[in-house]
Amino acid sequence: MARRLRYPAIPSSEITPESVYLRRRSLLKAGIVGASAAAASGPAWGDPDTGGEPLDYQPAKPGNPLAYTEEALTPYGDITRYCNFYEFGTGKEDPARYAHEMTVDPWSIEVGGAVARPGKLHLEDLLSRVDLEERIYRLRCVEAWSMVIPWVGFPLHALLDRFEPLGSARFVAFRTLYRREEMRGTRSFSSIIDWPYREGLRLDEARHPLTLLAVGLYGKTLPNQNGAPLRLVVPWKYGFKSIKSIVRIDLLEEQPATSWQSLAPDEYGFYANVNPEVDHPRWSQKFERRLPSSFLRPNRIPTQLFNGYAEQVASLYRDMDLTRYY
Amino acid sequence: MRRLPTGGVLFVVCAAPLAWLAWGVIANSLGPDPVQVVMQGTGAWALRFLLLTLCITPLRRWSGRPAIIRHRRQLGLWMFSYATLHLALFAQAYVGWSAPLLWEELAERPYITVGFVAWALLLSLALTSSRGAQRKLRRRWLQLHRFIYPALVFACLHLWWQVRSDAGEALFYSAVALLLLGLRLYWRINERKRGRAA
Repeated sequence: MARRLRYPAIPSSEITPESVYLRRRSLLKAGIVGASAAAASGPAWGDPDTGGEPLDYQPAKPGNPLAYTEEALTPYGDITRYCNFYEFGTGKEDPARYAHEMTVDPWSIEVGGAVARPGKLHLEDLLSRVDLEERIYRLRCVEAWSMVIPWVGFPLHALLDRFEPLGSARFVAFRTLYRREEMRGTRSFSSIIDWPYREGLRLDEARHPLTLLAVGLYGKTLPNQNGAPLRLVVPWKYGFKSIKSIVRIDLLEEQPATSWQSLAPDEYGFYANVNPEVDHPRWSQKFERRLPSSFLRPNRIPTQLFNGYAEQVASLYRDMDLTRYY
Repeated sequence: MRRLPTGGVLFVVCAAPLAWLAWGVIANSLGPDPVQVVMQGTGAWALRFLLLTLCITPLRRWSGRPAIIRHRRQLGLWMFSYATLHLALFAQAYVGWSAPLLWEELAERPYITVGFVAWALLLSLALTSSRGAQRKLRRRWLQLHRFIYPALVFACLHLWWQVRSDAGEALFYSAVALLLLGLRLYWRINERKRGRAA
């Protein structure tokens, strides 16, 4: 299936993995001080053991504000080792350690609610009918760190249209896989999240061209810890809105209850638009640490309204008090 | 047989977590957000040393080795060192040494306020930790050093206030803290009873 141009033409076996290239200095250092140090630091140098199959996609073109930014990309190894995916534990490295326990093949997505043609779609069927494209987006976590990530995916509206939403539909609700035996974080006695993880968008937000369903990262299929095989990416909202490993989508007339908002409604709103003027009650949202950050270069940068996508999305919220609807 | 230099051994043991974190920074093995890892690490070790310091008195009573009290000062000073590093990192990486920003954080975020109060209490203990100060302050030294109890309570609050969806860690440290505080209360009640009986 030839689809537009493919690049690069160099065999993938000859390409230095991004993670290795970007860490070449530390690799050298680790080599000098001995292999024992590298072994002691655990999986820090290894590639993720899931995902990573090459994808056929249209690369992001410079100058396209919907898909491109000049900012330095966060290295692959950092994106795949520093994750919030509480189904596998609350530590940042827990998902990288345990997400391989999740089965992602076969995978299907069920779409229901206010749609003309509800149904179940197998992932292969879905992927054979969409054109994949690269989108380089900023990702701003509500915890005040951020990354720049080259996703591969397709706009969410391409999927929604297939199921023909009814005129009464105003919201979209998403649900993550919930499989206790494969997700050790959901078995934790001290966790107070009501699984499965749920998220939601207003229909016009869901239909926005920036809103992406991602299946890949750095040109390859998603590792499990990043939400394989299919996840949402909403770049102007805090990261927790970008729900991972989606199994169910419902079109609704009423605003759905979402996980973090149900847990602490004064801290996490339904909208969760990135906004430096509206602080989280427990910490400031004025700045962010752009990762990778280090002691010598903390990379502390000011946070932008709508994470820098105001030009594209501000009109969605024209008459809204963003302090009230945070 | 020559006595083992227990103070020296203890010094090495207490410095180990710090050395481990420092090594992680140098070897770049702490992941993409090392500041956060060291923040969390120094905070956790400050609390652990606080709890260890409070274990000395019960251990002394039960082990029949009153000499271990000698090591309490060192444990306490390590606790203060880890807490100070924790605070300094916060000032450096999160507020960039900006006084107005620091003030805003202290005033608006209760978990930072209680954390800072805990550190300030510990500061007064560290400053009066020398033998000279002990001699000079006499009875008041004992009273002053009871500040370690409110400092512990504030440290636990500091932890609870940061819980987002999993309270396991806060629960564990608070349980140990409650145990150590409860023990003191129990002793106190018993002593009073004995006093009355005599």
